[in-house]
Amino acid sequence: MTLPVLSIIVFTPIVAGMLILLIPGDRKREVRLAALAASVVALGLSLWVYLTYDRSAGGYQFVERASWIPRLGISYYVGVDGMNLPLVLLTGIVMFTGVLISWGLDDRPREFFAFLFILATGVFGVFVGLDLFHLLFFYEIAVFPMFLLIAIWGWQVTREYAAMKLTLYLFIGSVVALVGILAMYFTSGLQSFDMLALEQANFAPDFQRTWFPMVFFGFAVLGGIFPFHNWSPDGHVAAPTAVSMFHAGVLMKLGAFAALRVGIMLLPEGAKFWSPLILGLATVNVVYGALIAMVQTDFKYVIGFSSVSHMGLVMLGFATLNRDGLTGAGLQMFSHGVMTALFFAVVGMVYDRAHTREISKLGGFSKAMPLVALAFIVGGLVSMGMPGFSGFVAEFPIFLGLWRAQPIVAIIAALGIVITAAYIMRVIGRVFFGSMPAEFEGHISPINNLDRIALVVLAGILVLVGIQPAVMAPLVQSGADNVIRLLGGA
Amino acid sequence: MTDFLSTHVLSIILLSPVAGAALVLLLPASRVRAIRWTAFVVSLVPLAFSIWLWTAYDAAVPGYQFVEKAAWYSAIGSSYHLGVDGISISMVLLTTLLTPLALLISWSIDERVRGYMALFLMLETGMLGVFLSLDLLMFFVFWEIGLVPMYFLINQWGSANRNYASFKFLIYTMAGSLGLLLAIQLIGLASGTFDLVEITSRWTALNEPLTVLGLPVALPIGTVKAIAFWAFVLAFAIKVPIWPFHTWLPDAHTEAPTAGSMILAGVLLKLGAYGFLRFVLPLYPEQAQSFAWVLGLLAVLAIVLGAFSSWAQDDFKRLVAYSSVNHMGFVVLGVAAAAQARGTLAAADAVIAVNGAVLQMFNHGLSAAGMFLLVGVIYERTHTRDLTAYGGLFPLAPVYGGILIFTAMASLGLPGLNGFVSEFMVVRGVWPIFTVYTAVGMIGLLITGAYVLKGLGKVLHGPRNEKWQGHDLEIRRREIVAIAPLMALMLVIGVWPGWILGVINATVLRLFG
Repeated sequence: MTLPVLSIIVFTPIVAGMLILLIPGDRKREVRLAALAASVVALGLSLWVYLTYDRSAGGYQFVERASWIPRLGISYYVGVDGMNLPLVLLTGIVMFTGVLISWGLDDRPREFFAFLFILATGVFGVFVGLDLFHLLFFYEIAVFPMFLLIAIWGWQVTREYAAMKLTLYLFIGSVVALVGILAMYFTSGLQSFDMLALEQANFAPDFQRTWFPMVFFGFAVLGGIFPFHNWSPDGHVAAPTAVSMFHAGVLMKLGAFAALRVGIMLLPEGAKFWSPLILGLATVNVVYGALIAMVQTDFKYVIGFSSVSHMGLVMLGFATLNRDGLTGAGLQMFSHGVMTALFFAVVGMVYDRAHTREISKLGGFSKAMPLVALAFIVGGLVSMGMPGFSGFVAEFPIFLGLWRAQPIVAIIAALGIVITAAYIMRVIGRVFFGSMPAEFEGHISPINNLDRIALVVLAGILVLVGIQPAVMAPLVQSGADNVIRLLGGA
Repeated sequence: MTDFLSTHVLSIILLSPVAGAALVLLLPASRVRAIRWTAFVVSLVPLAFSIWLWTAYDAAVPGYQFVEKAAWYSAIGSSYHLGVDGISISMVLLTTLLTPLALLISWSIDERVRGYMALFLMLETGMLGVFLSLDLLMFFVFWEIGLVPMYFLINQWGSANRNYASFKFLIYTMAGSLGLLLAIQLIGLASGTFDLVEITSRWTALNEPLTVLGLPVALPIGTVKAIAFWAFVLAFAIKVPIWPFHTWLPDAHTEAPTAGSMILAGVLLKLGAYGFLRFVLPLYPEQAQSFAWVLGLLAVLAIVLGAFSSWAQDDFKRLVAYSSVNHMGFVVLGVAAAAQARGTLAAADAVIAVNGAVLQMFNHGLSAAGMFLLVGVIYERTHTRDLTAYGGLFPLAPVYGGILIFTAMASLGLPGLNGFVSEFMVVRGVWPIFTVYTAVGMIGLLITGAYVLKGLGKVLHGPRNEKWQGHDLEIRRREIVAIAPLMALMLVIGVWPGWILGVINATVLRLFG
């Protein structure tokens, strides 16, 4: 009997979360250690799966299946391929670093980690799910704790507003997607939610064209697609650091991934029909998101809008519907996840010390926190798509795919890169260099070792993928090939 | 051992600086002396290997030598592919030579020395990568990587107006490389590979219209090539820089720390010119031929207007900065002539012109680096770059004065020194191809004399500015050590250019003969 390793990954966080709730609330140290232990297990196993996945064989591996509600054809069905495996690893990484960053959180850490871990289980569950019902089930599990995490531990000024806005947006999105999913279920006549079976259901082209937008855009709301993106910067900003990391790093990928897995892969004809619209909207994401990021005065909002811009690139990659574009989108999901987690970690560290995020009031932080500045610069270079960093490795194939699909879009979207360079350089210059305002002089405490580990891990991954794309690109490409196969080998 | 060396020497040259940077970063920040020496000694490693490379390189063998190829980003068909020919090997030698000298002159940096030295070494890897890459994507990677350390060197260690200058430098270059990136993608798409050697044959032979999904008609291949051609030209033109894309240069050069200016003028400008020779001419021979007159015209404008601008400066460093526009104009003029003469009877003249252009790249590297070094020396002593604030300093700093005159003469093109050889060859080669341009360019040569002498006169001669009486303005021993190799090479190339021209010529003949 083989070890059900994916199930262990999925359920470790939630089980740990429940166990943490059993620890008395004032034993904060034990709570944190338990959280750390759970995240190490999840990360270690994700890494193990990542390394032992047989790349030459490809396809879904580590598959587990158990009957869940047999009467409705619902099963617990998990497996990984080249598309979702990097995302599982990403979740492990963000979970681990998120726990490290939250070590200093002093307000009810027990409940905080419990909710965070329920969220993590939901995320893992969606990424590995091969059953539509299973996927949607974990999707809701992932969305709900977000409300509590932001509303309770968030930034006082906007937390209630942001939490409500985010939850409403995402629920509406998922309800719309659910309608589409039910339509698929009933039309297929297979009496099954098994996605691998539904892939072969041969839905009529008309049916696909009708329902594709509901499914795709329903999920893409969580991916931040324009014009449904505006919950995301508010949510990012209001959330506490570790939650922002999860939120931008992983949750937005959840939306994008589900839009790909359910929308594009199950309704390929619909995807072909609607791809021009997605291309158009996602181009707006890339360029408009970058422009809005440039005019923000709040450090955290800059990063929040940069996510809107970068997720646009993921959507662009999807909408190319070709091998290069999809490979790039897969890589971009991973790269952006790690990068934005790094960004929010840095923003959190600066905010914890300065108690302000107004860019005009900050300055000179590189002297007090050199490693933080360095990490932010690495993230910034990734974000600019600088060669030698993972952003380039991801964006380059996306643009290759765009040339094939729609050259005009490639040229317009490329503007986003220059604008990104401008706002990133502006933030680096204003926050980390220049002279430090007098009120901070001598008051900026250095970061602790746990923070250092988190930053080094995140930045190291970005550089590793950048200089040696072979650690990830071929894997993602095999996943993209699978999508291409469903699209009819286009 | 020799086997291992000859199959890996390029990787060693390319990667030893970045390994050295990592080493430097491991040292404690307070050990300034150790950091400086480590960085300097590390930078001698690529120099030693490139000298070995120079001796082992066989000019008679056609094609690229010391080729290395390994899988890199196989998902999109790009590989780690290195190699050198006569053009790139001289640029590699120039880069590895200038870096240790620039580090030597950086002893005066005493703020955050560790970061400075590490960035400098990373910069060296970026520059070497551009010259060594035989894969378009790798080329682009290094092209961009070099930008980042330079940005921070100017932004963090530059003088008063550094924020403006560094931002302008970055945005100009990135705007140029954006087009380059799109064009590289287009080429990769059309030819299915990024390997330069394969592309050179496939892409140029490509005659089918390029079908792009989503467009109603297939793009005529001529249009595609013309778009890609202009994207390449623009990126390289900004880097060289060709008039009117040069305005970032005086700012960046003036604000950069001395060693940064040395590398900027000595090597970074050559990246653009190298791009013309390595990519634009071989990949777009027809487009280049039809637009050669534009390129030639801009080159002449750069020569003449660069010289006039330089003459008008009262800031010593700005004067030297504008002189780069003037001197690089000759390189571009040679390139334009080669583009124009392809397949005509004048090809033999074009070979002379390109030989001159490549040698001019090398020579300008020596003299511009030397001039910036000397400007840095006098600035450090006097804390001013204002030419009107100097005056009659020769008696106060006789050794410095002698070195300055020598270097300035090399820059001016005095026969017997290096600048004369290359400029003469360019002019000789271009004359039959672009007679009018060459004649107009001569005006620039005249003004070159005017601004060089203006600089010398204001600093060394004329009525003594009594303010400096009693100041120690003399050049230090370490600085003499840094400039001595440059002076030696200026003289050697001026008297006996054969040792380097032989290597360059063999490759140029094969490419353009």
